[in-house]
Amino acid sequence: MAVVFEKPHALTDAPFHYCPGCTHGIIHRLVAEVIDELGVEGKTVGVSPVGCAVMNYDYFNCDMVEAPHGRAPAVATGLKRAKPDNVIFTYQGDGDLAAIGTAETVHAATRGENITVIFVNNTIYGMTGGQMAPTSLPGQVTQTTPYGRDVNTAGFPVRVCEMLSTLDGVALAQRVAVDCVKNVNTAKKAIKKAFQNQIDKKGFSIVEVLSTCPTNWGLSPVEALDWLRENMIPYYPLGVYKDEEKGARIK
Amino acid sequence: MSKNYNMILAGFGGQGILFAGKVIAYGGLLDEKEISWLPSYGPEMRGGTANCNVCISDKAIGSPLVTSPDTFIAMNLPSFDKFINSVQPGGTVVVDSFLVDKKVERDDLNVFYVPATKLAEEQGLKGLANIILVGKLFKETGFCSEESLYKAIEKCVPARKANMLEANKKAIKLGMEQ
Amino acid sequence: MAERFLMKGNEALAEAAIQAGCRHFFGYPITPQTELAAYMSKKMPKIGGTYLQAESELAAANMVLGCASAGCRAMTSSSSPGISLKTEAISYMAGSDVPALIINVQRGGPGLGGIQPSQADYWQATKATGHGDFQILVFAPATVQEMVNLVGKAFDLGDKYRMPAMILADGMLGQMMEPVEIPDGSDVQLPEKPWATNGHQNKREHNIINSLYLTPQALEKLVKDRFERYEIIKKNEQMAEEYLTDDADIIVVAYGASARVSHSAVDSAREQGIKAGLIRPITLWPFPTDVLNKAASHAKAFLSVEMSMGQMVDDVKLAINCSKPVSFYGRTGGMIPTPDEILAEIIKLGGER
Repeated sequence: MAVVFEKPHALTDAPFHYCPGCTHGIIHRLVAEVIDELGVEGKTVGVSPVGCAVMNYDYFNCDMVEAPHGRAPAVATGLKRAKPDNVIFTYQGDGDLAAIGTAETVHAATRGENITVIFVNNTIYGMTGGQMAPTSLPGQVTQTTPYGRDVNTAGFPVRVCEMLSTLDGVALAQRVAVDCVKNVNTAKKAIKKAFQNQIDKKGFSIVEVLSTCPTNWGLSPVEALDWLRENMIPYYPLGVYKDEEKGARIK
Repeated sequence: MSKNYNMILAGFGGQGILFAGKVIAYGGLLDEKEISWLPSYGPEMRGGTANCNVCISDKAIGSPLVTSPDTFIAMNLPSFDKFINSVQPGGTVVVDSFLVDKKVERDDLNVFYVPATKLAEEQGLKGLANIILVGKLFKETGFCSEESLYKAIEKCVPARKANMLEANKKAIKLGMEQ
Repeated sequence: MAERFLMKGNEALAEAAIQAGCRHFFGYPITPQTELAAYMSKKMPKIGGTYLQAESELAAANMVLGCASAGCRAMTSSSSPGISLKTEAISYMAGSDVPALIINVQRGGPGLGGIQPSQADYWQATKATGHGDFQILVFAPATVQEMVNLVGKAFDLGDKYRMPAMILADGMLGQMMEPVEIPDGSDVQLPEKPWATNGHQNKREHNIINSLYLTPQALEKLVKDRFERYEIIKKNEQMAEEYLTDDADIIVVAYGASARVSHSAVDSAREQGIKAGLIRPITLWPFPTDVLNKAASHAKAFLSVEMSMGQMVDDVKLAINCSKPVSFYGRTGGMIPTPDEILAEIIKLGGER
């Protein structure tokens, strides 16, 4: 019988724990498909974050390390320096990467650390129940900004790709979304490029994926995708912020 | 039985106090003594004060921190003032008299005044006043064998400064002549 | 015998680590351990190793976590305030059963404290190098040579028991030079680490390095298993040096720098006819309770001497079940006790002359 659809090998059979309508599942699948297509599962080590994706060490079939909150780029640096020929990726949310782990993110990037970072931005702390994230939009209501994010007291969101694109060590900084088929296809290409860059020793590659959190946004999955298109994409425009064919090299 | 030494060497940063202490320590090491070398450390810069403690002993050394030295080399006035009263009675003191314009008031010490900084400049050994004083201390105490002292110089002068080796040896000899 | 040469404690620690097969160092500058990192930055590039100056102590320790997870002998070094930041990763390593070496060249605290030698991190090292139920191996060298010897031991035992190990030194030991002999590590045998996350090469199931266990039953079992391992370590790995303890009435207990000073004080006491002796713990965890208990059978009193306000003294009391009086003498803030101060305490305890 002809196989028309199957799970990527790089995903285990463990069922995802994500809420209905959450796009983490799509992003996991894209990463796994890329690992399969590049044939690198045997030498890939992933680093799990703290946040909704904390248990993704059970979902990916490659070796996995669970890092302290925000430290995934540092842990990945250690893994990469230990075995430079291995393929190392981190999978991080917005609180992990752009709040508590900002220093680790920026410095791994500026070192040109030859790793791949998958950054899932859904403008909220999902796992702890919907608090303000560094990427929450101005006016956005969360558990800890009940009157909407007031930029006078809570400051402005961090635009990660824009910020990192100023650093010489960054080979690729691209923002994508997984709200429709077209964007999912673009996202997969970006993720594949971010892994290929590492194999080609081009330096630090980050793909920021705009994602939904229907549960904590208080919306249905369909409404959440609309909210992402109407509110997030205007603030976080999709596109390639940096693509250095000759990114800073690191041994 | 040979003597044990608890030394303080003190002066300005940049005078080579720590290096002089290392030469003395290596001399002891090459004589197969137990030795320790402990520097002062801190947010100190060139021109600030620097000192180091050197112990040479037949037995394992307890505290490497020297609080009442039997041997003291002073290369500036603040260091002279700071440590002179802590020297044990009967102790040996070597003073760079070109930089320390003061005499020891105690009468229970063996004090030697050497204008080392001036001598160094006159003899083309600029920056080696420290080693001249080591030479003088060696002459007065014999803290190690002469052979070990010269070997110690060879051990301590880094390879990239090998051209300084002869100057250091000359400084030792000059100190011994004082 | 190989040639003895003069080396600073900090540099000797670094060279010993290289000889023990360590090729990955992740650090962040802090006084008084800086020479260690500087030595690594000079040596590692020449032997194909990694020296990386991280953006913070947090990052450095987490780089060690990553590197050690891949199965390498990895290390970091710092001094007291920096160790506080590294405790995050140390707890995760303990909770993930990942071995690594952490060196603490202690300085005075709390807070920014000072930069002079101290032993005020004893509690942190032995009781709480991070959150959660766990222990790490803690070694307390007293000479530069012992620093060298214990680095290899710390790596070996860390690998054997799959747990982080710490060398608890201090600014005096780090800064001082002593004659030292470095072992030749060219034939060092590194153990296999089948648990490492170094890529499964399509030959085994995926390995996971993780400290998250959301089921209380599972986490309790894991922690209990780990504590069973700790019991084995307590039984087999205690290290201490005894000096003149056989007939001693008064036993001074001191480690590291303060043990050196105490050694001199015990000699002075003996010269005065006082039967004093010294027990010098070399492992602070596991604490050498066996040696202390043996001494408690004949000694009349114990004196814990520390460069702190009194931290190890609690462990001395626990070790001998308070069967004999235990008193304390210490200096803190970067002060080093003198032999005379300790001698005065020994005399106060009324040793027989």
